Amino acid sequence: MHDRGLRLLLLASVFTIATCGLIYELIAGTIASYLLGDSVLQFSTVIGVYLFAMGIGSWLSRYVEKNLLGVFIQVEFLIALFGGSAAAGLFALFAYVSSFRVLLYAIVLIIGTLVGLEIPLLLRLLEGRLQFKDLISKVFTFDYIGALLASLLFPLVLVPYCGVARSGFLFGILNGVVGLIALWALWDQVPRARLLRLSGLAVLALLITGFAFSERIMTWSEAAAYGEDVIFAKSTPYQRITITRRDDDMRLYLNGNLQFSTRDEYRYHESLIHPGLSRLPHARHVLVLGGGDGLAVREILRYPQIENVTLVDLDPAMTRLFSTQEMLTVLNRGALTAPRVHVINGDAFAWLRANREVFDFIVADFPDPSNFSIGKLYSTAFYQRAKTALAENGAMVIQCTSPFVARKSFWCIDETLHACGLVTEPYHAYVPSFGEWGYILASPRPLSRDFELPGGLRFLDQGNLVSLFEFPPDMARVSTDINRLNNQALVRYFEIEWARYSRQ
Amino acid sequence: MKTRRDFLATTGAGAAALLAGCHRASATYPGSIVGASSAIGHRLRDGTFPTPSETIETKVVIVGGGISGLAVARRLDHHGMREFLLLELEHEAGGNAASGRNAVSAYPWGAHYVPLPNEESTEVLALFEELGLTRGRGTNGAPIFDEESLCSDPLERLFDAGRWQEGLLPQIGITDADRRQYEAFFTRMVQFRDRRGSDGRPAFTIPLDLSSRDPELLALDRITMAEWLRTQHFDSVPLLWHVDYCCRDDYGAGIAHVSAWAGVHYFASRRGRAANADPDAVVTWPEGNGWLAHQLAAPLRERLRGGYVVFNIEQNGEDVFVDAFDLARERSVRHRARGVVCAAPRFVAQRIVRGLSPTSGLEYSPWMVANITVDTLPGGNGAALAWDNVARASASLGYVVATHQDITLVPQQSVLTHYWPLDVVDPRDARQQAIARTHREWCDLIVADLVQIHPGIEEHIQNIDVWLWGHGMIRPVPGFIWGEERARMLPPHGAVVFAHSDMSGISIFEEAFTRGTHAADSLLPLLA
Repeated sequence: MHDRGLRLLLLASVFTIATCGLIYELIAGTIASYLLGDSVLQFSTVIGVYLFAMGIGSWLSRYVEKNLLGVFIQVEFLIALFGGSAAAGLFALFAYVSSFRVLLYAIVLIIGTLVGLEIPLLLRLLEGRLQFKDLISKVFTFDYIGALLASLLFPLVLVPYCGVARSGFLFGILNGVVGLIALWALWDQVPRARLLRLSGLAVLALLITGFAFSERIMTWSEAAAYGEDVIFAKSTPYQRITITRRDDDMRLYLNGNLQFSTRDEYRYHESLIHPGLSRLPHARHVLVLGGGDGLAVREILRYPQIENVTLVDLDPAMTRLFSTQEMLTVLNRGALTAPRVHVINGDAFAWLRANREVFDFIVADFPDPSNFSIGKLYSTAFYQRAKTALAENGAMVIQCTSPFVARKSFWCIDETLHACGLVTEPYHAYVPSFGEWGYILASPRPLSRDFELPGGLRFLDQGNLVSLFEFPPDMARVSTDINRLNNQALVRYFEIEWARYSRQ
Repeated sequence: MKTRRDFLATTGAGAAALLAGCHRASATYPGSIVGASSAIGHRLRDGTFPTPSETIETKVVIVGGGISGLAVARRLDHHGMREFLLLELEHEAGGNAASGRNAVSAYPWGAHYVPLPNEESTEVLALFEELGLTRGRGTNGAPIFDEESLCSDPLERLFDAGRWQEGLLPQIGITDADRRQYEAFFTRMVQFRDRRGSDGRPAFTIPLDLSSRDPELLALDRITMAEWLRTQHFDSVPLLWHVDYCCRDDYGAGIAHVSAWAGVHYFASRRGRAANADPDAVVTWPEGNGWLAHQLAAPLRERLRGGYVVFNIEQNGEDVFVDAFDLARERSVRHRARGVVCAAPRFVAQRIVRGLSPTSGLEYSPWMVANITVDTLPGGNGAALAWDNVARASASLGYVVATHQDITLVPQQSVLTHYWPLDVVDPRDARQQAIARTHREWCDLIVADLVQIHPGIEEHIQNIDVWLWGHGMIRPVPGFIWGEERARMLPPHGAVVFAHSDMSGISIFEEAFTRGTHAADSLLPLLA
């Protein structure tokens, strides 16, 4: 090959390398702010670490003395591998590593170091083929143009049309191709060229597979539907789990239905647990049905006398997520991995049927009765089973949708509990992200009126506790059918009431 | 918990599959034609069995392990008469309440529910209490039913004019005239239900023999249901469809074939109540009435012998010989008993009981029942998947979802039990056509029927098993229920007592069970 041709090739690589390098930086920054929130901080620290790592790379380049070209091509392949798969890898591991930040910055460090090696090596490769002033001028010109291209391409084309994960793979592939072309053009000057080609092709195959199969984790339509950034989404055999973030507000959705917002979930969960459990000083054994986010368990663990909590949640993906993911375990204070807590993945109804244990406090924290399958978990048949698992002096609390929006639905659950021979105490609390929300305490015998609240609560106190049990006229009791498996009265009420509400 | 998006994706894929299907030859599905050992049964007709090479002594032999035979066994046990054997052609007891099971679910092969029993059905009520299906009585005096055995809501839906509606009475696009006729028809049925005949008995009840003999009511047995509807000026097309559907569902034959007495009986005989359910509730299980059959068969253990073809029952002095061919050992065995209950269908009984004069006018409805394993529950617009899912335009009766009673969340796999009475042509021809079809031909018919209501379902079918009931159930044609022939079927023949729902003229659990219980009661004095 002519020297001129070679020069052009190497300068073209500068351009590609520069584009790729910045793209990886942007991807890391985006993922960090996406998954961890606080975009200014995340972008600053990621860019800082990345540039610092490039410095390390540049410094390390001095130790490359022989086989400059071979090392350059190897570095290309390594960047292709790490840079290309970083986004998909970070998304995939987000839910399963206990310390996401360590992983994130480790990857940023590796990519930055490798990218930092590129330009010095290239400069040295071109050294002697160009005059020094031309060399510096050309290399940096292409470098900065590439950067401009990347910074425009990324937000305008790549993220909207490809998604972050696929963009990563795409640019990894480009990086790999640069390496392969250089290898092909300078075949005779590279020792062990065959081995290098083999490793290059392997990396390329991996990236192409990744590109083809990477689920678009934050699909555009889904993110648009939520109006918030989707930081985690997974379809399990049971449901679609989605976690979104906007600023410091993280939200969990199951099948598109909001389960909690970090801004006010304490209101929901304090109200779920304490009006009942604070009146059961003798309680030792607690059963939580549903509630795989561990937030109800967090509230239960505030009582030192509770010896064990059994949590039965259908979806192992859900309990695993809330046992391992750092931000989520901070939120539930490691409730699901606490020694007093025993997590069982199973169907609540089937589990209750087989259960012979007796509990002092039972929490039924199921999704709203929006379909016939879930409606069964609010039926006389279900509450009869739950009652046999309840101590004679114990109590059960049920999350009961909104008594404001779905008044009949709420009182239907109350009627159903009465039909099972239970005494009830309906109550409600205001949870801004949900609206006015309802709960029912049910027990074989009337409960004491002495509330002994644990410390550290943000919503409930001795003063406002009693007012939860008062219902204004617009939410007052209405007469309803009893919800049975064979009439599913509740699902029918619920459908009508929420449909009417969402039309408004 | 299907999201709307999933649903759209499925329907889109379904439409595409339908288009692709236009050019595709029929697909093959795993599965086979199972059950109802018709080949063995036909050997009875041809009468070629070896002479018995051994003799077994016992007190009583029950021939036939359907619900009536099992009821005989239970009653004898209750009386402390435990020295009996029950011989059944199939390997498992159950008869029309046969059932199967695969990795996904248990499923019925025949009868799959029992309505709330009438107070007159004392035997059935006693059984229900014994099995824990009822636990005492509620404040309204009616039994409290086990909620998990009551059929979960939603019970039924109908596909009509391109969408689903709740219930099986057509509601889509009906006129005011239709609505008036619905009202008039059901008012008439309530009047029949509440009516007592000139003899003071309920006009229509279960057990059927407790119904009034008022000649005015029995006159209904001489005309077809179609004729009666005509004389009463019922001509609403959706109403006639509904009544026809109900008759086909219970009798395997429509309003043109069954007597008006039987037709009205369907609507006017049920006065059962529950403290915790509507009067139209039913009890059901994944395996249908197979659950009841298993409960009844469980205590019998080795006294229940499957794979025995009884080919001769004859009185010999004080004893009765029951000769049966043991399919497993391929040899005939003689049973010497003091008494016999023949709980086989009448068309079999009159072949094997020596000296029994044949009953004329027996007609049996042939059926095809398929169990279809699917990897995704069927959906549909307008009404959610129900237990019983029917298409108005179909010749079949639709399908029942075997996992409907499952209380666990989101079982996507299921078994659909598809019922199809073969009543378009004469039963004899229908039987011949049915037996001539291959598994693949049946699958084509079944899938073609289902695709009408669930485009794309063929992609979700994992297995299709087919059961052919050549003589599925007695058909209550005019003159049969209250004619002389049925009356002649009732008395014992020497020490051979009969028990079968054929003797009632309608094939339902309550009749079979009551016949069996009464047969045991009438056998005991003969043994003394």
